[in-house]
Amino acid sequence: MTVSTRQGELRRDISQAIGAFVVGMALLALFLLVAGFDVPASLTALWHGAFGSWYEFTSATLVRATPLIILGLAFTLGAKAGMLNIGMEGQFAAGAIAATWAGLQIGNAPPLIGVTITLVAAGLAGAVFVSIPTLLRARFGVTEVISTLLLNFVGAALVSWMVTGPLQEPTRSYPQSSAIGMAARLPHLGAGSRLHAGFLFAVFLALLLFILLNVTSWGFRIRAVGAGPRAAAIIGRMPVAGIGAWALLWSGALAGVGGGVEISGVSYALYQNLSPGYGFTAIAVALLGRLRPGLVLVSAILFGALEAGAAAMQRDAAVPAVAVQVVEAVVILVMLLSMRRRA
Amino acid sequence: MSDPILPVAFAAAAVRVGTPLALAAIGETVTEKSGVINLGIEGAMLAGAFGGAAGAFHGGLAVGVVAGTVAGLIVATLFAIMAIGARADQVIAGTAITLGVTGLTGLLAQQVWGSAGAGLSLPTFPAWPLPVLEAAPFIGPVFFRQSPLTYACYLLIPATAWLLFHTRLGLEIRASGESSASAAAAGVAVGRTRTLATLFGGACAGLAGASLVLAQVGTFTERMTGGRGFIAIAIVALGRWHPWGVAIASLVFGGATALQYIFQASGTVIPYQLFIAMPYLLALAALGVAVGRHRGPAGLGRPH
Repeated sequence: MTVSTRQGELRRDISQAIGAFVVGMALLALFLLVAGFDVPASLTALWHGAFGSWYEFTSATLVRATPLIILGLAFTLGAKAGMLNIGMEGQFAAGAIAATWAGLQIGNAPPLIGVTITLVAAGLAGAVFVSIPTLLRARFGVTEVISTLLLNFVGAALVSWMVTGPLQEPTRSYPQSSAIGMAARLPHLGAGSRLHAGFLFAVFLALLLFILLNVTSWGFRIRAVGAGPRAAAIIGRMPVAGIGAWALLWSGALAGVGGGVEISGVSYALYQNLSPGYGFTAIAVALLGRLRPGLVLVSAILFGALEAGAAAMQRDAAVPAVAVQVVEAVVILVMLLSMRRRA
Repeated sequence: MSDPILPVAFAAAAVRVGTPLALAAIGETVTEKSGVINLGIEGAMLAGAFGGAAGAFHGGLAVGVVAGTVAGLIVATLFAIMAIGARADQVIAGTAITLGVTGLTGLLAQQVWGSAGAGLSLPTFPAWPLPVLEAAPFIGPVFFRQSPLTYACYLLIPATAWLLFHTRLGLEIRASGESSASAAAAGVAVGRTRTLATLFGGACAGLAGASLVLAQVGTFTERMTGGRGFIAIAIVALGRWHPWGVAIASLVFGGATALQYIFQASGTVIPYQLFIAMPYLLALAALGVAVGRHRGPAGLGRPH
């Protein structure tokens, strides 16, 4: 493949992504109009909430983009190997629980070690959570789509139990945990900013996944299995099921880390409904990014802006925040159509 | 369960709670038999719940039932255009449609009933005891003192079994699901057959959503279906893609859901979240057992 066609492909991917996003926003505006909301006021609130000032951009948009980057990469890793991980919401919850638990145990550990332990615990929890669908698929041939999907609800029930049971704060008045130790917290980037080091970590993960997928033989095998399992098995003599299982496990681990970063960098404690549906939004993020780690990074920031704007829209224009899910759905559907055309 | 009334009350609750699951799962059985897996039935069910609530709010119960069914049909039409017409990935298209319906119904509910429909109270179907049958010991109070929507479900089960296994259309549906290429070679209009099966599944899911509102809850809240559509998909596998099997599996899931009402009321030390998670865990276990022994339609999920 020559450099120029690669660039041509990239340019087409980007222009299709922009097209999908514009169509999604236009439909949102249309639905708001039909539902009788004040469209200009709503969209102005959305814009200000996302890009109104440097503070909004870093402390609202980028803070919300951080879990979307990590979960978008998690979906990308699975999807590259042909595994659709629709259970990131559940793995995110499992990671958040483990991170909270670890963060409560850590006393006065040195900060770097404390954060590392917290995030490793989160990743392990995510991997354990996804090991059930991985096993069901390997042993019984159950499609990972439905099993990961069902575990999302188990994850939500688990968090609900934790914050009213084992991890509830000592006064037992609120459904939440105590705050994690200082050593388990990710530092803020700059005084007065809510943006935390987890954002840089997410960018680093995107770079890492890019290198893994495009430079290493491990990445080549994953892509080969995803592109054509039969060819990979027969011509490449690859253990297709095993490679798929590993990709799904790592995808779950990454999603768990996403939950850990949210605890460690933003909430410092476990709550119910910690995620406003990041696990599903991230599917749109990954597809809009055409499963390319670099573009996933950009599309996560775009969706982070949308989430931040939605919160502002709910506050200032009384439009329910779930409305932006319409945009996400439209983006996914338009991207599906354009991906199909290429294939 | 020392109280003699309790087993009857529990079994009756299992039937009542299992009704929306059974309605959605029977529709999805037909859809999957034709080779299409529609994860958008969660969205169709939510749309049906919204349509049912809006219809009943403005025009009474009958209007609610019709509006819910039509809402499910509309959502399934969108899915059919994407997954059958444009041959897009069925799993992701279904997930996206569910996502979109969640947003749209949240938006509309806010607009119709004010902030998230708080305090909305709708009329619900009373139990219609069936003469003679309701007097039968145990069976009577469990199965024949239910809402008319449950009775509709009783009729739908044999009707669907007959449709699938004793009609030409049923044969065409099953052929499209096993091998779309062979079916097409034998003269079956695969795209049209799959579209019909998908629309039927959507209408059933819409009716299921309406029954959730109009025979159980009596109100509409954001995301109120809470994954029942996804559980219906697991029920289809557990019921081995057969209407009667699906009916029995729905009863099992209805029972698993009804358990939480009993245990929450009895105040045990077991955390109630375990009972909330129970249907989903059961669905996972069921998939392992059911799919392990019996494969679904060979062409399931593959575009034609």
